[in-house]
Amino acid sequence: MLLIPCPWCGERDEDEFTYGGEAHIARPASPDALTDAEWADYLFMRKNTKGLFQERWMHAHGCRRWFNMVRDTVTHEITAVYRMGGKPPERTDS
Amino acid sequence: MRQQAKNHPGGGKMMSRYSVFSLIRNAMDYHEGWSRVWRSPEPQPSYDVIIIGGGGHGLAAAYYLAKEHGITNTVVIEKSWLGGGNTGRNTGIIRSNYLADESAAIYEKSLQLYEGLSQELNYNVMLSQRGVLNLAHNLHDLRELSRRVGAIRLNGIDSEILDTAQVQAMVPALNCSPTARYPVLGASLQRRGGVARHDAVAWGFARAADARGVDIIQQCEVTGIIRDGDAVTGVETTRGVIKAPKVAIVTAGHTSHVAAMAGLRLPIESHPLQALVSEPVKPVLDTVVMSGSVHVYVSQSDRGEIVMGAGLDHFTSYAQRSSLQEVEHMMASLLQLFPTFSRLRMMRQWAGIVDTCPDASPILSTTPVRGLYVDGGWGTGGFKATPGSGWALAHTIAEDRAHAINEAFSLDRFTTGALIDEHGAAAVAH
Repeated sequence: MLLIPCPWCGERDEDEFTYGGEAHIARPASPDALTDAEWADYLFMRKNTKGLFQERWMHAHGCRRWFNMVRDTVTHEITAVYRMGGKPPERTDS
Repeated sequence: MRQQAKNHPGGGKMMSRYSVFSLIRNAMDYHEGWSRVWRSPEPQPSYDVIIIGGGGHGLAAAYYLAKEHGITNTVVIEKSWLGGGNTGRNTGIIRSNYLADESAAIYEKSLQLYEGLSQELNYNVMLSQRGVLNLAHNLHDLRELSRRVGAIRLNGIDSEILDTAQVQAMVPALNCSPTARYPVLGASLQRRGGVARHDAVAWGFARAADARGVDIIQQCEVTGIIRDGDAVTGVETTRGVIKAPKVAIVTAGHTSHVAAMAGLRLPIESHPLQALVSEPVKPVLDTVVMSGSVHVYVSQSDRGEIVMGAGLDHFTSYAQRSSLQEVEHMMASLLQLFPTFSRLRMMRQWAGIVDTCPDASPILSTTPVRGLYVDGGWGTGGFKATPGSGWALAHTIAEDRAHAINEAFSLDRFTTGALIDEHGAAAVAH
C-alpha cells in the first residue's frame, strides 16, 4: 500500500486516492484536423513506463483535488509531487 | 534432420516418452535415470524466428510453429526461468464463455486445444473440466448472465443457467440463504470450463518444442531490438546479438517495455493482479466459483489449497508484490459467499503484472515494423488462451498475416475504432 503525499493534505493512505494514469497528455487543440492515427495515439497509446513515471492522482476521500506525482513503477518509490499545470521536476524519465 | 543433429549434440538423442512403462523402468533405477526435460543450448548467432518471452504463450507459439508450419529453427528467449511470470501466477482457470464473437472464437479454439493437450504433448497438464460458475446476486446480474448464455450458445459453446437450488446442490459450502449479504439468485455454468496446472502447460510446451528442435534460452534478457529501416533484423541480449528476420514479442506485462525497444507505442497499461492461496484442506469445493459483481473467483487445487484471485491495483506497476487492500477487499466478499472459509489460514500471496488494453481484448497482430509481431494485452485472462494464442501467433508469424481467428485482434483496431469490448461479467476470471 502506498503512502501518498498529497500536496494539499500531506501524507495519506493510498485508499483515499483515485488514479488518473499518465500525466501531461495534452488534448489536441483542433481534433478535427487530426488523422485517425493521431487521434488513436492521443486516445489510446500510452508510455507505460518501467521506472520513473509521471502520473495523475486525485485525493478523492480528502481535498478532492488533482495533482501530479512521480513514482518509480518498479520500486513504488515516490520521488516528487507537484500541482496540476506545474512542470515536472528535473531528472525524471519519461 | 540436419537441424535435429545440430540441435541435439550427443548423437541426436531425443527426449524419452513418458508412459507407465518408462515410469516402471525408471523406478528400477531409483528414478536416477530420467533425462533432462529440455536442453539448455548456447544461443546460435541467427535463427529463422526469435520469440521473446518463455511463458506459456511464447512456448506454445514455438511448438505450433514447428508442428503446424515446419519452422523449427526458432529460439525462445526468457529473461528469467520458464513460466516464471504470469504463467506461474494466475489461478489456472480455463473457460471460453465470452460474449463477443471474436473472443468466443479464439478462447473456444484454445479450450479445444486444451482438451487434447496432455495426450498431444505427452505431458500431463492436469486439465480438470470441473465446471465454471458465474454467480448472479441480483435480478440485473441474472438477466445479464442469461443474455450472455444465449449469445454464447449461439456461438456453439456450452453454457447454461442454474437456479439457486441447482447452485446450492453443486456447491454446498456456498451461502445461498435469502438473507445473505450477496444472495445467490442463480448462476451461469460452463461445464467444459475448469482448471489446469499452469506450470505443466509451460513445461509441456517447452519439452515438446525442444523435441522438435527449438532452442530455449533461459536467464537471457532482451535489451534491444535491431531494425534496418522498417524491418526487424534481430535482438540484442545479455548474451550477445541474435539475428532473425522475424521477431515476436510475447512478454505479457512487459509488452510495452519491449515494444518500445523497436520504437513502437502500444495502447497497453500494466497493472498488478492479486492472488493468494490458503493452507491445504480436505475437499470442499469441486468446481470453480466466480462472482463478477463482487469480483471473487475461487477454486480448490488438487493439493487442497483454496486458490483465490482478487482485483487489479488501479495504478500501473511492474512490481509483482501483493497489496493488502485488494486482498482485504476480495476476502470481505469471499467470506460472505463462503462463511466457513473464515477459519482458513492464508499461505502465500503474490501479484502478476497484467497488460491491459482499453477494450480488455488482446493484441495478436503484425505491426508497422516488418517481421515484428506482438502477442500481448491479454490482461487478466491470458492463461486460458495459452494454446489458442500460441496456435494463432504461429500462423501469423509463418504466413506474415493474421489467421481469421485473430484478424480482429489487430493493432489497427485502435485506429479504425473496431474495438472488441470485453469489459463485463464474463471477463472476470483469470
